[in-house]
Amino acid sequence: MEQFLEEQYDIMDVSLLAGKIMLESGAETYRVEDTMMRMAAAYGIKESHSYVTPTGIMFSIETEEPTKTKLIRISVRTTDLKKVAMVNSTSRRITNGELTVSQAYRELKEIHTSDVTFPLKLRIAAASIASGCFLIMFQGSWIDFISAMVAGGLGFMSVVYFERLIPIKFFSEFIAALIVGILSFLFVHTGLGMHLDRIIIGSVMPLVPGLLITNAVRDLMAGHLLSGLAKGAEAFLTAFAIGSGIAVVLTFL
Amino acid sequence: MAITIAAQLVTSFIAAAAFGIIFNAPKESLIKCGLVGMIGWIVYFMLAFYGVDEVVATVSAAFIIAVISQVYAKLYKTPVIIFTVAGIIPLVPGGIAYNAMRNFVTNDYNMAINLAAKAFMISGAIAMGIILSEVINQLIRQSKLNSKA
Repeated sequence: MEQFLEEQYDIMDVSLLAGKIMLESGAETYRVEDTMMRMAAAYGIKESHSYVTPTGIMFSIETEEPTKTKLIRISVRTTDLKKVAMVNSTSRRITNGELTVSQAYRELKEIHTSDVTFPLKLRIAAASIASGCFLIMFQGSWIDFISAMVAGGLGFMSVVYFERLIPIKFFSEFIAALIVGILSFLFVHTGLGMHLDRIIIGSVMPLVPGLLITNAVRDLMAGHLLSGLAKGAEAFLTAFAIGSGIAVVLTFL
Repeated sequence: MAITIAAQLVTSFIAAAAFGIIFNAPKESLIKCGLVGMIGWIVYFMLAFYGVDEVVATVSAAFIIAVISQVYAKLYKTPVIIFTVAGIIPLVPGGIAYNAMRNFVTNDYNMAINLAAKAFMISGAIAMGIILSEVINQLIRQSKLNSKA
């Protein structure tokens, strides 16, 4: 009996850990809920309820004994789609009955502590190349390609750097947009770039909250109104931060 | 024209794959991210080029992106969000939002509100495209369930 009770708590821990990793890595709310309930069901918990918001998870399982409920707080939210995919495949294996509770816990713990992100240098390089490509996609000329690359790369670098320095997302995005604006202005002023508008539009693209926008829509459609609105608000704040950063530069033109 | 399209294809592929790296998508899915982004963008680009309204072009492109993403997600058993995100980014109305902001700063509020409304419409169009594909996905899933039962 005692052992059975302990196992139920273990199952809860496994589900919660999976939910935590997914939510912290930027998965949609409905996917988090779905994964947690599937995992619990695979371990023989007939009825479980989860309530997921962008900042916390509540999870309860019902058995013969009184209902057990746990709450965990999510304070950091990053974008790490690889981890979402990894937890997804772990959960698939659990539902296929390939993993015991302790094996699953160990595997999830490993995913949680592992650092599977691309190196920062590569991500900055990707951001700068993306900026250059966006410039061409938005009808810019090839003359401005290098300017957009430099401005976009430095903009992305500063958003990462300032976020470490001051953990206020709005501020770091504002500063990054400001830097993009100033750099673009300097490029055009010194004759290295031609069209200020195109360079700025291309270079701010790496800062655009694409994941938040898609997640907000998908969550709203799945009936998670609270999460959808919260993510929408976050996306709007980011857009506003970028807009004001650029606006400051434009005012001094 | 052929050169323009080729340039658009190449740049959109690279941009979408690079966004995969920024969002830390799994290595093996980067090429697929690029493909999704490329197809979505070229649909938008060609429609816009032949004078179709931007909102309609965005809905179509977002719809196609979401459908391809769902097919990929089924095929490779990966969360659909990985493919959708990279494809959607180019459709975000950055240029219009920029021009709106520019007009706000120069106190041309009429123009600014016009452009802001347009940017808002296009954002809605992106959402509409994703929703449409989700509806179709659900319909297929339900018909599968029904045929099994």
